[in-house]
Amino acid sequence: MLARIRAGGIYSTHLDAKRVNGLAYGQSTKWRKLLKFWPLYLMMLPTIVLLLINNYLPIAGLIIAFKNVNYVDGVFGSPWNGLNNFKFLFSTRDAWIITRNTLLYNAVFIASNIIVALIFALMLNELRSRWLPKFYQASMFFPFFLSMVVVSYLVFAFLSKGNGFVNNNLLPFFGMEPISWYQEPKYWPFILPLINIWKNAGYYTVFFVASMVTISHEYYEAAVIDGASKWQQAIRITLPQLMPLVTVLTLLQIGRIFYADFGLFYQVPLNSGAIYSTTNVIDTYVYRALLTLGDFGMSSAAAFYQSVVGFVLVFLSNYIVRKLDRENALF
Amino acid sequence: MLKRGLNSVHPATGALFHIIFILYTILCIVPIFLVVAVSFSDELTVVANGYQFIPEKFSTYAYEFLFKDSTQILRSYGVTILVTATGTLLGVSMMAMYAYPLSRNDLPFRGPLAFFVFFTMLFNGGLVSFYLVYVRFLGLKNSLWALILPLLVAPFFILVMRTFFKNIPSELIEAAKIDGAGEFRIAGTVIFPLSVPILATVALFTVLNYWNDWFMSLLFISDDKKVSLQYLMYKTMLNIQYLTSNTQAAQGIAQGGSAVELPSETVRMAMCVVGIGPIVFAYPFFQRYFVKGLLIGAIKG
Repeated sequence: MLARIRAGGIYSTHLDAKRVNGLAYGQSTKWRKLLKFWPLYLMMLPTIVLLLINNYLPIAGLIIAFKNVNYVDGVFGSPWNGLNNFKFLFSTRDAWIITRNTLLYNAVFIASNIIVALIFALMLNELRSRWLPKFYQASMFFPFFLSMVVVSYLVFAFLSKGNGFVNNNLLPFFGMEPISWYQEPKYWPFILPLINIWKNAGYYTVFFVASMVTISHEYYEAAVIDGASKWQQAIRITLPQLMPLVTVLTLLQIGRIFYADFGLFYQVPLNSGAIYSTTNVIDTYVYRALLTLGDFGMSSAAAFYQSVVGFVLVFLSNYIVRKLDRENALF
Repeated sequence: MLKRGLNSVHPATGALFHIIFILYTILCIVPIFLVVAVSFSDELTVVANGYQFIPEKFSTYAYEFLFKDSTQILRSYGVTILVTATGTLLGVSMMAMYAYPLSRNDLPFRGPLAFFVFFTMLFNGGLVSFYLVYVRFLGLKNSLWALILPLLVAPFFILVMRTFFKNIPSELIEAAKIDGAGEFRIAGTVIFPLSVPILATVALFTVLNYWNDWFMSLLFISDDKKVSLQYLMYKTMLNIQYLTSNTQAAQGIAQGGSAVELPSETVRMAMCVVGIGPIVFAYPFFQRYFVKGLLIGAIKG
């Protein structure tokens, strides 16, 4: 009894003290709470500074697309130029070519990577050997680890005009004349998608195989009892179970359809001017305008165009993903 | 027999699948063999009959030529190793130190701090302003820091790490606090040692990113002393003379007049082999960790 009164007493005086300090209380504890976490904020500081430099400062730099940059006034001191940079950019044929190339190639890449990888993953899933599927997976995954510089060497070994394997061995075998691959634009809409599949299909295959493992065995057991064949199991169980992942993956990639794989379009065609019409994409255009031509107006306008349209697409695709599957959305 | 019909594909179908996979496997690996074969061929036979999978006349002359003066190759290896080691060590520490506080449910402002990272995945300033920040604002042209800083922090890895840290029971943190451990001690002696799998996975992918990077060199490096391995391969591809312009071998050729030819075809491919060697040798040992890492990433999506 006594103890309870005493406890109650202490409790009430504590409350009184709180009430007395009333005004200042909320503010000071908030600060005290933040202060308590200072080590955690300190840990985050290096990354905050780095992201400010790498990502946020360049966003502020987007305004140079509206400036007439000259070396005398410096980048930020240069006079405003209104929309003139954009007028110049979109009056060239290049603006249309790079937009078309970026969108079409990426559309083909997204579709072909996912379809090829799905087929490979379904096939791997049916193999009963223990170590062979692992060996196949490891080999298919291998090109993913090579840099685009190395890929450009490998492609060159096959397509070089004078010594390439294709011109020296394959084409003569079919009685065909050698082809100057690096001078003929018409072949690259086929070559680039093939290289893209070669480099990336293994990655997505491993990805799909990994998520197939998580499909519950009960579905298959029930299907076997019902007399479903392997083919029916693959079409009716495995594929539908993977569909949510495939949808999300596709949407996220469509969100990035305005950004091209710079290495594939710059390194592999060996920067050959004769084939720009089918190998130039927004990223390579911006790079060349900036570093080869030193044209700040054109390059910054194209970069701005890519950033803004790219952002709208990423935002939209994420919005749809969020509606479908909250877990997998970026935000 | 009947059971087989339901639980596995028809033997003929299985055989067909194996054939398809074997062909595709060959397709994935065989281009490397072509490059290796050419690098071990005699220059004259290559010039006469093109690149072949089996050297018509075996020769190690391309390698002898390459290593007659290996200063540039060794220097490039040094640059790549230095950048990769520094970048991976710094990057993984920084990402972990950002992800861990984010994973704490009691951290004030963790929402805005997470968005600070997310946003960089949604919107970026584009190449031109990025270039100007590094060259004009930071003055890092021809600095190795220009190869390290841009690839230090990958937002996606921070998110993956945060998910991993969240699954560590918060009782462990509470217990450490009661024992009087500060936040740094908790992170360093409780959380990070329990997170070795995710830290190793992120480190592995970061190593690959740095090792394979040539784009930052393309943007920022013009000094021969700071040319990384990938960039050296790129320059060799564009102009085989680059490799030899300042070497004794090239001087030998110049003095010998036209009698000694630069074995450009085989040396180019030998350069490629020297460049990819480490990846090819390390791949069989590390690929399963990458697959595992992909699995961890797949959980997040």
